[in-house]
Amino acid sequence: MYQAIVFLPLLGALVAGLFGTALFKNFGHDSQVYGDHTAHAHTHGDHDHSHDDHHGHYHGPMWPMYLTTGLLFVACLLSWISFLGFLQEPHLIKVPVMKFISSGALQADWALRIDTLTAVMLVVVTTVSSLVHMYSLGYMAHDEHQPRFFAYLSLFTFAMLMLVTSDNLVQMFFGWEGVGLASYLLIGFWYTRPSANAAAIKAFVVNRVGDFGFALGIFGCFYIFQSVELDAIFGGAAAQVGKTMPFLSWAPDTITILCLLLFMGAMGKSAQFLLHTWLPDAMEGPTPVSALIHAATMVTAGVFLVARMSPLFELSDVARDVVIVIGAVTAFFAATVGLVQNDIKRVIAYSTCSQLGYMFVAMGVGAYGVGMFHLFTHAFFKALLFLGAGSVIHAMSGEQDMRKMGGLAPHIRITWALMLIGTLALTGFPLTAGYFSKDAIIESAFASHATPHMFAFALLVIAAFCTSFYSWRLAFMTFNGKPRADQHAMEHVHESGQVMLVPLYVLALGALIAGYVFAPYFIGHAEKEFWGESIFRGAENHIIHEMHEVPAWVKYSPFVAMMLGFVLAFLFYIRNTEWPKQLAAMHWPVYQFLLNKWYFDELYDFLLVNPAKWLGRFLWKKGDGTVIDGFGPDGVSARIGDLTAQTVKLQTGYVYHYAFAMLIGVAALVSWFSFGGGH
Amino acid sequence: MIGLTHYLTVAAIIFTIGIFGIFLNRKNVIIIMMSIELMLLAVNINLVAFSTQLQDLVGQVFALLVLTVAAGEAAIGLAILVTYFRNRGTIEVEDINMMKG
Repeated sequence: MYQAIVFLPLLGALVAGLFGTALFKNFGHDSQVYGDHTAHAHTHGDHDHSHDDHHGHYHGPMWPMYLTTGLLFVACLLSWISFLGFLQEPHLIKVPVMKFISSGALQADWALRIDTLTAVMLVVVTTVSSLVHMYSLGYMAHDEHQPRFFAYLSLFTFAMLMLVTSDNLVQMFFGWEGVGLASYLLIGFWYTRPSANAAAIKAFVVNRVGDFGFALGIFGCFYIFQSVELDAIFGGAAAQVGKTMPFLSWAPDTITILCLLLFMGAMGKSAQFLLHTWLPDAMEGPTPVSALIHAATMVTAGVFLVARMSPLFELSDVARDVVIVIGAVTAFFAATVGLVQNDIKRVIAYSTCSQLGYMFVAMGVGAYGVGMFHLFTHAFFKALLFLGAGSVIHAMSGEQDMRKMGGLAPHIRITWALMLIGTLALTGFPLTAGYFSKDAIIESAFASHATPHMFAFALLVIAAFCTSFYSWRLAFMTFNGKPRADQHAMEHVHESGQVMLVPLYVLALGALIAGYVFAPYFIGHAEKEFWGESIFRGAENHIIHEMHEVPAWVKYSPFVAMMLGFVLAFLFYIRNTEWPKQLAAMHWPVYQFLLNKWYFDELYDFLLVNPAKWLGRFLWKKGDGTVIDGFGPDGVSARIGDLTAQTVKLQTGYVYHYAFAMLIGVAALVSWFSFGGGH
Repeated sequence: MIGLTHYLTVAAIIFTIGIFGIFLNRKNVIIIMMSIELMLLAVNINLVAFSTQLQDLVGQVFALLVLTVAAGEAAIGLAILVTYFRNRGTIEVEDINMMKG
């Protein structure tokens, strides 16, 4: 069963990707395949801001799409069956698949490790992925490269499933990189657009920075524990407490440095502060991809990694403090940036970034179950919001700028209602999914004994206020008020088809009840039994208990922050729409600071990108061009050219010159035989 | 008494004149051919002189052979020259440089 869950998406990806696309069929007939594509690219260029316009037509077979979607739904069904089994009775299963690496002490085999943590991730990944597949059937219906898109989606899902089921760090790294590859392919799916290619490269490169840390972490684990198997690492961790290991020229605490290196990988994948810059740019991909990246796969990998490595993180207070601080800063930072963004997808993207910060705070304070719970609920409402936003964009014929929307509610009532559900869940309205998980994180941050816990608590509450504000701002700007789009666009506004709405219904249901239904298992009384051995907690870690016993004002603070945000958004975007402009004008530097995302892109351009470009250009022009080519191939060939140019002059073509040369030769020869030692 | 040395000296002088005739002359290809004839004749003088000196007839037979070859060579050379003149309109050595690199 578990093999089926993991490998069915791979099967779908391979079959659809190899046989469903024009790869084999039209081999050698490129002009036919790409002929109308160049014309298509021009249409894209005309609308500068319209990202998701699709005017193309698809003439190929439909089976690749149905195949991948169907296989994903089978995997999803199986995941839920296994998950329900875990609700009954948690256990640990290991399913060996095949040998992978066997080299000296390094033993890494393909094996599926299924425990509660994995079961939760399986459900999240396959559910969102299958719904995104289904949604894409409608959303991408006009795209001429659909089979390729669906193959990538399935590949993405497979890589993520491989990651969450891995039994050793090397296997996890395989899934980790697979996710990175698939995200690159999907973000750059519309490869005729330079911005999409740039975003894809950015996502890939920024992730490499994190992956570098992750790889070092794996090496470190192997160095210390002589194994990359999770069980061996967890088993040997306790013996390493207080010891140091050599790292560069220092001798830091072993567990701390390993945790920090692994966390660096998690930061890259989960777009945490300092390595977050790729996430908003990833919006260049088609909207279903954004939903998949942001809700279920890729960004949750980092959170999952920390939860999976909880036996290590539990042993290092320093590492957990770092996790708390980074998480809290990310939550705050992304929420503030989200306040002023105008692109509907970017607002949600920063929201994701912020919510991931919440999850990491939960991980940092030791409430792994709470963080995983937020991951679980967040998957539903974030996928809902993204797919809803996709539906809005679809209705607006590709417009993504919220300033050009407004007044859409009467035209697309169902999408409006579903988006409101998503917004309620995201802002943590009582009894929706976000209420259970997000408030629990804030409470656990307060209840924690970690050094920066009040810092995290304060930032999280502020972030909750910002979350509420920007979420409602998004809803109000898009659906309420007077239409700001032109007449032509408004006439085209239409509700999406059922194939796109049904996934939204399912997700909305999850966004409403997932918190209420599953809270007892994830963070309630049954949580110890539910998580079992999959999450390790130290002897002093009673965070779940203490979380429930925080003062009343702490319990109410997120709710108050949420209401404040709602009221403020209402005042700003319904009551008097002039206020935001006046406020922005009053605090122009602050507004610009937020609008430009704290100038992180500019900072990185200045600090890293431009020096790297300069170095590259220097090595290219001077190092390679002047030195290596100059003295190497180019130089040698030029000298030979010079030499032959000189030699050619000897060939005058005059008979008497040749005759003279012969005479000299004969004379020399005779002299040689007469006087030299020619005997 | 005119001995072997005198013959050889004359032959050497004629041979040298032939050589210089080849590459000092800038004008006419016919002069080059005449110079070649001179050089062959110088060789003939040597052959006959040594033949007499050594009392061996082979040298004189060889001289006759050289004369025949020289006649053939002159005929072919002149034929080429005539054709060349027809095509190019000149037989000046300075102008014959198509093999220039």
